[in-house]
Amino acid sequence: MPHNLNLSIMIEIKDLHKSYQMGSNSLHVLKGINFNVNEGELVSIMGSSGSGKSTLLNILGMLDEADSGSYFLDNIPIKNLNEKIAARYRNKFLGFIFQSFNLINYKNALDNVAMPLYYQGIKRKERTDKALHYLEKVGLADWATHLPNELSGGQKQRVAIARALASEPKVLLADEPTGALDTKTSYEVMDLIQGINDEGKTILIVTHEEDIAHMTKRIVNLKDGLIIDDGIVEQVRANSYV
Amino acid sequence: MFNRDKWNEIIEALTANWFRTLLTAFGVCWGIFILVILLAAGKGLENGVKRGFGDIATNTMFMWTQIATKPYKGLPKGRRFNFKIGDVASIREKVPGLLYISPRNQLGGFGGTNNVVRGLNTGAFNVYGDYPEIINQDPITITSGRFVNYGDIDNNRKVAVIGEGVKKELFKIGEDPIGEYIKIKGVSFMVIGTYMKKSNNGDREQGQNEIFVPFTSFSQAFNRADNVGWMAITAQDDHSITKLKKNIIDVMKTNHTIHPEDNRAIGNFDLYQEFSKINGLFIALRGVAYFVGVLVLLSGIIGISNIMLIVVKERTKEIGIRRALGASPWSIRGQILLESIFLTIISGMTGIAVSTGVIFLVNKILDGIPATNETMFANPSVDLTVVFVALLILITSGLLAGLIPAQVAIKTKPIDALRAE
Ligand SMILES: Nc1ncnc2c1ncn2[C@@H]1O[C@H](COP(=O)(O)OP(=O)(O)OP(=O)(O)O)[C@@H](O)[C@H]1O
Ligand SMILES: [Mg+2]
Repeated sequence: MPHNLNLSIMIEIKDLHKSYQMGSNSLHVLKGINFNVNEGELVSIMGSSGSGKSTLLNILGMLDEADSGSYFLDNIPIKNLNEKIAARYRNKFLGFIFQSFNLINYKNALDNVAMPLYYQGIKRKERTDKALHYLEKVGLADWATHLPNELSGGQKQRVAIARALASEPKVLLADEPTGALDTKTSYEVMDLIQGINDEGKTILIVTHEEDIAHMTKRIVNLKDGLIIDDGIVEQVRANSYV
Repeated sequence: MFNRDKWNEIIEALTANWFRTLLTAFGVCWGIFILVILLAAGKGLENGVKRGFGDIATNTMFMWTQIATKPYKGLPKGRRFNFKIGDVASIREKVPGLLYISPRNQLGGFGGTNNVVRGLNTGAFNVYGDYPEIINQDPITITSGRFVNYGDIDNNRKVAVIGEGVKKELFKIGEDPIGEYIKIKGVSFMVIGTYMKKSNNGDREQGQNEIFVPFTSFSQAFNRADNVGWMAITAQDDHSITKLKKNIIDVMKTNHTIHPEDNRAIGNFDLYQEFSKINGLFIALRGVAYFVGVLVLLSGIIGISNIMLIVVKERTKEIGIRRALGASPWSIRGQILLESIFLTIISGMTGIAVSTGVIFLVNKILDGIPATNETMFANPSVDLTVVFVALLILITSGLLAGLIPAQVAIKTKPIDALRAE
């Protein structure tokens, strides 16, 4: 990739290695990953179970650290961060979407969405306004005061997406966002994600469902800790199914 | 620290399991209750015992002559001697740091023969020849008229200040004794005042049965020449009478040609030393109260720490989520610490409130019982210092209780915390 395009590179990783230490055994999970993601891309990471998809995503999300290799996020080196800085970077740069939603069950939808804003030190009033705006965006404004256990799986994931968007991050990281949803709901969630991507947000999705992967614009295939395939695909619009 | 969301979250966390929170709070509540009650009981005992001292100036010694037990400079042993009025001036000159030096003479005594007469009434009373300062050393409350003053001293006035007890025996009820004359051992003195003794000690009854007359007219009337029976000496506040005692006695030994090593020639009673002993006892008692109270409190704190640990474990996943969303380690730690301190303080304050309530009730009951000399217990109380110290202990212990759980909460990597279920 030409060097002068660096400005639009959102994620740049080189020769990333990661092993898990289990007693005296060491499990080499990532064996030298190289790839870049440009701003505005919608990428899916595929691979069989245990191939290291989540491991890679967690390193990208600064929830975990690589053993070696380099990682730049929007030209910022992500290396040897202490927890305080890592927390700040996560808060400012990243939005997470999890398979199991990971909403805080005693807080209502609005408060869940407002949580990253709270950690940004934003005032309550502004926080509420923003959170409501993003709830509206995912079509759940009417559910603002509902607790997570009063919502369906698809609704929960939409709240989680609103929460990930609330802090206006550079990148959204989603680990099997549709893994716990039925096909129809999955497509609704993908429709939402496509819409967000259309607005220019960079998004990485881990999935092992082919149909979901084809709703992204690029598929990266992992096998045994290495990228075996990386290519642009024709994006299938999720709303064409419903 | 004081933002609403943080407090909301603390309340949320603590009210999530009411019963558990209450049980936990009880430990600390009980601990601080025990601590405060013990301290108050100690104070009550102290008040009761010290009431016996009344307002007597405690930095005071009494000194009297006995018998020389060693021959010295040609004088034999077994010799009797008397303090002289001139001794007061020489003590004042040679021993700095003294506030009052009161020479005293005494006549008669309780159970002795009747020595005071007024008309048909007679009585046996202690009669003291005194200087005006004595009222500062062993305070009495003048109930009518006045006390002896220097005018009386200088003019050898035959005047007397009598106790309420004396008045009761010599005068009719409702009769005003001021200006009336009483005869002490045949010498007429005019009553110029009546008094009540302030201290409530064992000789309360006797205390009201004393008569004070000017030192000079006493000496004249009862032929004491320039002799002094005994002295009451009070040191200034920044001096200790116990330290000055030896100097004073040495001056007396020189003045009266007593062998420097004759320790039995001059008797003394050091009120300060006695008072210190009692004080020491109460300090020790307070130490025991703190020791026991803090130990009981400690078990309450361990309880809080334990519960916080469980809460943290239960919330591992939530903490993981928060950290993924950008919660810094300190905000997590602070949250746990604040929760722990809050719980400790709330339960501790409840303990303080309940214990002060109990103390209030006890005081109410004690107030109903007339204070006699047998009640070795008066006005148990906690002062603000104790509450302040208790609060300090609570904050510290809340902090300590939260420390380990807070550390546990951030010890887990966010990624592992997220995986927890
Ligand atoms: N904390 C850990 N300690 C030890 N081994 C781990 C840990 N996390 C993951 N692994 C191992 O690393 C390998 C890769 O795990 P990872 O979760 O990245 O796989 P994945 O591609 O996301 O699989 P799946 O599709 O099942 O989610 C697996 O063999 C897994 O057992
Ligand atoms: Mg995975």
